[in-house]
Amino acid sequence: MILDNQHSLLFFLPELTLTIGMLLVILCDITLKRLRNRLNPILTVFTLVLAAYYTFQLDQTAPASLFHGMLAIDGFAQFFKLFLLLAALLVVLASLHSAELAPFHQGEFFALLLAVTLGMLLLANSTNLAMLYLSLELVSLTSYIMVGYLKTDRLSNEASLKYILFGAISTGSMLYGLSLIYGMTGSLNLYTIRDTFLSQGVEGVDQFTVLLILVLTMAGFGFKTAAVPFHFWCPDVYAGAPTPVTAFLSVAPKAAGFAVLLRFFFSGMSQTTGSQWSMIGGINWPLVLIGISVLTMTLGNIAALTQNNLKRMLAYSSIAHAGYILMGAVVLTGDGIKSILVYLFVYLFMNLGAFLVVTIIYDSDKTFEIDDYNGMFKRSPFVAVAMAIFMLSLIGIPPFSGFLGKLYVFGSVIDKGLYWFAAIGALNAAVAAFYYMRVLKAMLIEEGSGSTAPLQVSFFNQALLVALLLPNVLLIVFWNPIDRWTAASVQLFRGV
Amino acid sequence: MITLQHYLLLSAALFSLGIFGVLTRKNAVNVLMGIELILNSANINLIAFSRYSSHGLDGQMFAVFVIVVAAAEVAVALAIVLTMYRLLKTVSLDQADTLRR
Repeated sequence: MILDNQHSLLFFLPELTLTIGMLLVILCDITLKRLRNRLNPILTVFTLVLAAYYTFQLDQTAPASLFHGMLAIDGFAQFFKLFLLLAALLVVLASLHSAELAPFHQGEFFALLLAVTLGMLLLANSTNLAMLYLSLELVSLTSYIMVGYLKTDRLSNEASLKYILFGAISTGSMLYGLSLIYGMTGSLNLYTIRDTFLSQGVEGVDQFTVLLILVLTMAGFGFKTAAVPFHFWCPDVYAGAPTPVTAFLSVAPKAAGFAVLLRFFFSGMSQTTGSQWSMIGGINWPLVLIGISVLTMTLGNIAALTQNNLKRMLAYSSIAHAGYILMGAVVLTGDGIKSILVYLFVYLFMNLGAFLVVTIIYDSDKTFEIDDYNGMFKRSPFVAVAMAIFMLSLIGIPPFSGFLGKLYVFGSVIDKGLYWFAAIGALNAAVAAFYYMRVLKAMLIEEGSGSTAPLQVSFFNQALLVALLLPNVLLIVFWNPIDRWTAASVQLFRGV
Repeated sequence: MITLQHYLLLSAALFSLGIFGVLTRKNAVNVLMGIELILNSANINLIAFSRYSSHGLDGQMFAVFVIVVAAAEVAVALAIVLTMYRLLKTVSLDQADTLRR
């Protein structure tokens, strides 16, 4: 079903809410000088919750295409909208008490966060190359500014400079690839592109150009998801950005990148036979994806081993997790996509939790070095135990939800008979355990040499930590609804 | 007679020059100029494909959007470079290596 502009508006309410909310935050920031610091966070949270509510309401609709084929609306879209809105909401709450952002005027921060959320919602669902590029740039441009938000801080500025240079080059290369797709097929619509490729058959398509397009577009997607070899910006940007922004970047734009990657390759460049997809062109796509996935997780894990700065370590760990997530894309089945959705969902809570602990400790101690975390158990048992659970979840130790993500991803690969690939993944997880355990050892076992005063944690942050801990501990008990939800979300709109 | 191939060669040359400039220049502003070349090479592709085929104006519409995005991107990039100059008194990328240490 392809809807025209007027009928599409009804299904566009979450995005409209975000747009209006963002404008209201800006207006309120300019006009209400006295109220704005209290009103802006409330307005932002309200906007995000309202957008999530409207997204939830879309549940019963059949897959459709909005605005004459610009955006898709389906189960997949709904999953990512809710996921991205939840991530943005948690980051807003985590940023409220951050000492890093406090000295700077906060109104723009909330407006930027709403803008980047809007961009991600559009990016995850775009089915038109122009829409895809525009929303990708909306996400990128706003995140460059958010990374460089600490105007007087040299590291923050340097991080944003590196981010924008890498970002502009990768998205520029991607744009060149998109222009070649347009040249080959004469259309910007993903479904028309697929049909044109299919009607030409494998022989009718120039293999060299397809390979070139693959490399160029992967530059853009790889940049957003921080996959090797497009990951160079990641450690520096994560280390220099304000911690709440780092937490946001490590989860939300990465998830949006995976969403658009899946949509681009699975609905634009492949055909379905039963539950199995096969890609267009004579290139061995699974092998290319396996190569990227293995390189990404191995390089991320090995580089993380030698880091002393916790933020840098978590940056490399997030690169490694991108590698695990890509394992689900290799098998080219609905089950593979489902495992990606499951992994992203559990990754949200464990990674945001770990970064919230980093934020809390930085606020009182002004340090990111792992050695300075020594003896944290004596100073605040709650924070130390919370961090321990997040780390165990990131490793994938069974009672915690991170295990489920790994189970699904490895399971989808083993189902396809790629045992050696699963073995590489398991080996990587074992290497990863080593550096996560280092943080545990520092916080729980080592004796602290510095301050022994109890850690100051505001009640609000404690509540937020508990809210992030609960999914990590309890998801495994209440797993059935999540399993059903992700299974229902695999439904991709595939054109008329 | 100028054909589609000529435009494609021109855009490929521009793209390569842009990548070359980005990789070799040390001055942040020069790198930004390389990025502009990359974006404009894609624009030439889009417009040439649109002009030499019977597929309508999709490509030219896309090119207009790309021009707008490029302007926005440069505005943000220059603001960041300006902040860098304020903090470091230089726009050389060699000096921006604090995070590596």
